[in-house]
Amino acid sequence: MRISLQNIHKHYGSVKANDGVTIMVEPGKIYGILGENGAGKSTLMKILAGYTQQTSGTILMDDSPVNYRSSAQASSLGIGMLYQDPLDFPSLSVLDNFMLGQMNGIAKPLSLSFLGWGSAVHFRKKFEQIADYLNFSLQPDDSVKSLTIGERQQLEILRLLSQGTQILILDEPTTGISGIQKEILFNALRELASEGKSIILVSHKLEDVESLCNKVTVLRQGMVTGEMDKPFDTSHLLEMMFGPPPVSLSRLRVRSEINLHFQGLSHPHGKARGERIASYLTDEQRSHAEWIGASRCEVISERALSTVHGKDVLVMIKVSAPGERTGLRNCNIVIRQGEVVGLAGLEGSGQGVFLRIAAGLKIPSSGEVHLQGIKTNGKNYHKFKQMRVSFLPGSRLEGGLISGLSIAEHFALQDNRKGFFVRWTDAFEKAKKRIKSFRIMGTPESLVESLSGGNQQRLLLSFLPEDPILLLLENPTRGLDIETAYRFWQHLHKYCEDNTAIVFSSSELDEIFMAADRVLVFFDGIIIKDVKTSETDVHELALAITGKL
Amino acid sequence: MRKFIRYFFGITLTLIAAFSFTTLILLLSGASPLAAYYHILKGSLGSWIKFAHVIAAWIPLTLCACGLLYTFRIGLWNIGIEGQMMMGAVFTTYALRLGIESHHPALFLVLSFAAGLIGGGIWALITGFLKTKAGVNEIFAGLGLNFVAQGIILWLIFGPWKRPGIASMSGTALFPPQLWMPYFSSIRLSPVALSFALIAVILTALMLRYTRIGLSLRAIGNNSHAAYLFGLKPGRYMLLAMVFAGGFAGLAGSIQVTGVYHRLLPAISSNYGYLALLVVMLANYNVWIVPAVALFFACLNVGSIQLPMMLRLDSSLSGVIQGALVLATLAVHAWQIRIKHEKWVN
Repeated sequence: MRISLQNIHKHYGSVKANDGVTIMVEPGKIYGILGENGAGKSTLMKILAGYTQQTSGTILMDDSPVNYRSSAQASSLGIGMLYQDPLDFPSLSVLDNFMLGQMNGIAKPLSLSFLGWGSAVHFRKKFEQIADYLNFSLQPDDSVKSLTIGERQQLEILRLLSQGTQILILDEPTTGISGIQKEILFNALRELASEGKSIILVSHKLEDVESLCNKVTVLRQGMVTGEMDKPFDTSHLLEMMFGPPPVSLSRLRVRSEINLHFQGLSHPHGKARGERIASYLTDEQRSHAEWIGASRCEVISERALSTVHGKDVLVMIKVSAPGERTGLRNCNIVIRQGEVVGLAGLEGSGQGVFLRIAAGLKIPSSGEVHLQGIKTNGKNYHKFKQMRVSFLPGSRLEGGLISGLSIAEHFALQDNRKGFFVRWTDAFEKAKKRIKSFRIMGTPESLVESLSGGNQQRLLLSFLPEDPILLLLENPTRGLDIETAYRFWQHLHKYCEDNTAIVFSSSELDEIFMAADRVLVFFDGIIIKDVKTSETDVHELALAITGKL
Repeated sequence: MRKFIRYFFGITLTLIAAFSFTTLILLLSGASPLAAYYHILKGSLGSWIKFAHVIAAWIPLTLCACGLLYTFRIGLWNIGIEGQMMMGAVFTTYALRLGIESHHPALFLVLSFAAGLIGGGIWALITGFLKTKAGVNEIFAGLGLNFVAQGIILWLIFGPWKRPGIASMSGTALFPPQLWMPYFSSIRLSPVALSFALIAVILTALMLRYTRIGLSLRAIGNNSHAAYLFGLKPGRYMLLAMVFAGGFAGLAGSIQVTGVYHRLLPAISSNYGYLALLVVMLANYNVWIVPAVALFFACLNVGSIQLPMMLRLDSSLSGVIQGALVLATLAVHAWQIRIKHEKWVN
């Protein structure tokens, strides 16, 4: 069966998740769909699997257009999808899960047999047959609760296959499973392809895609940026994923020149040289330089001149913890005073777990965490807060703000002076002051959910204490326009002068290069790269993000 | 202004819906709806004595509703309020029994109120601990404890505290009049009980609006995760809210014993706890609307006592009206939100 997606558009309001994607899927081949977070991979696959409908565009099956409106219809056409989180029923047994969705009431003669016992025997046989064929070690009577994510995937694949799936879509199947399970999975997929089924692998891991796929399609910002047949050229693929290097490189160059420029300014002899470099810049580069430089100049120049590092603020020794699918594994890290550290990596690779352990919101399952030389294992977030650690969660309305409460009420909550009554006048005063200095569009009485995203973010920022020793920020500038993001960092960099260490996660490498001194790259729950931003480049980081060193 | 119109519109719609439903039920049962409503009105507001009965029902209803405001603020469904009221009554009875032979009845009266508060508070704390420490949903814990409290009352009435001579469902022996709460003999209404209820309303309003406890309860109820990040301890505040709710309910139970029945009865709580849940929901969790709704519910309860005699209708009609009102409120509220949402989308 040959499937072709033609000129698929999917719009969510003004956001174009897919913007004219055309892809052809031939039988017997393994396809890779590559792309960053938010490139539109998952949306495209959900359209193909009937989970959601395209805004426009056609799907052709063996050259005739098909129109399905649900995943049940898609699966009857032979299209099956393995979602990132397996869709199973943990309280049932493996065999029960396998049978679900295949026993369509009493329509099938087999399930007519007394109490369905006969059909259970039938399905058990079928189950063992396919499991054996694919080398899956699943036991039909185990309960799904006791399975690992890899085994639950195997179960899901078995179920899809026995339903007659011809086109199997897998969404990030190798995240959170062991190396052996990955090997078993890949062998099974190759076996399936050899008997004429089509496999589509959605992934951000270059290594997986390169070892398994015959052909790769790269998506970026909802559009196809390129296709490539085996053998693959890694740097070319990266370029298609992250955009052409010239843009990023030029920014980088600007940055290093700015560095020189401002170092020069602080040295009487170097001043002329700095100005000379500045005069070589194009207008665009200069404006870019201005907005990076303005926020960075003091910090960079000061730190570039002094080689003395600040004291250790946060030390993690062999820290591991579950969560976010990949968890965090064996993390050894030292964060020093005045340092700005960016956490790079695809979303959910362990950055969130790292930040939450550092904030005391999550207790590591092993390893030691030291804060300013004090061991903090087992202490909770409130203790960390007393030790002047601040955490800004990524989701504003779920994690950081309390909907239903006004701005003034948020300030009243943070008043940590003792007392039975709320000091409303103080809270309103403070709210008014902060609204003004952080340029929030709102009044002290405004409910936080009525503020726009940018204003909510500024409000969260205005909650930061005066003298933190460690600021932990999760995707702090997501959804902010560049002007706001710039002011945001301008404000934050002021903290560093007072020896505050800042750790932030971001999916924008540009932002990390702009704001951070040092970058940690997370991959599959491990920090696989720890380097100064001045000693690396976009290309090297992009490789690390996709798991290649 | 527009907000007010929308609110008024919502109330009107709710009343129309609830009374159409009740009217339909009455028509189906073959009674005259107008006559039924007339008798309810006459039975509750027809004379001063009847109105005094209404107030006697209003007092425990309002006390329980005030307590529930704390738990609703923090997002807990304190359905165990019924049992908390019963345990308040049990503790009060215990304290009063100690005072039967005493020469200072006033002292034991005061003590009995404190006992009621403590009894309700302890019963609520059990639910609170089950919720915060053991992860038992407060609805199940509360409901279970309601049955336990009812069992304890029955055991006491038929066992240790049984009437001299013969145990009966009509409860323990009457307390001597010096252990009754002082009351106006003409209308049999206790000013002390009334002032308790009024103080409860004002205290609750102040607590929720002006104290850090009130603000914290609301913050945790709206987003406990973020509240934790702000440095609040949700578990501790849940216990606190439960103690407040249990304390008010226990006081209501206490008043039922000292001010109304002067003994412990199996039905000492008269379902006022459950009814208070409806009152608070209908009042849209607003402390200032609670007394009015409670008064309306008390009128329905007292007025419907007339129905079996006058129209041979069961007095549970008041329950039908109250239930229909709450359901209509929830439906109208959901409908208004949906309209607002659709407007926003377009």
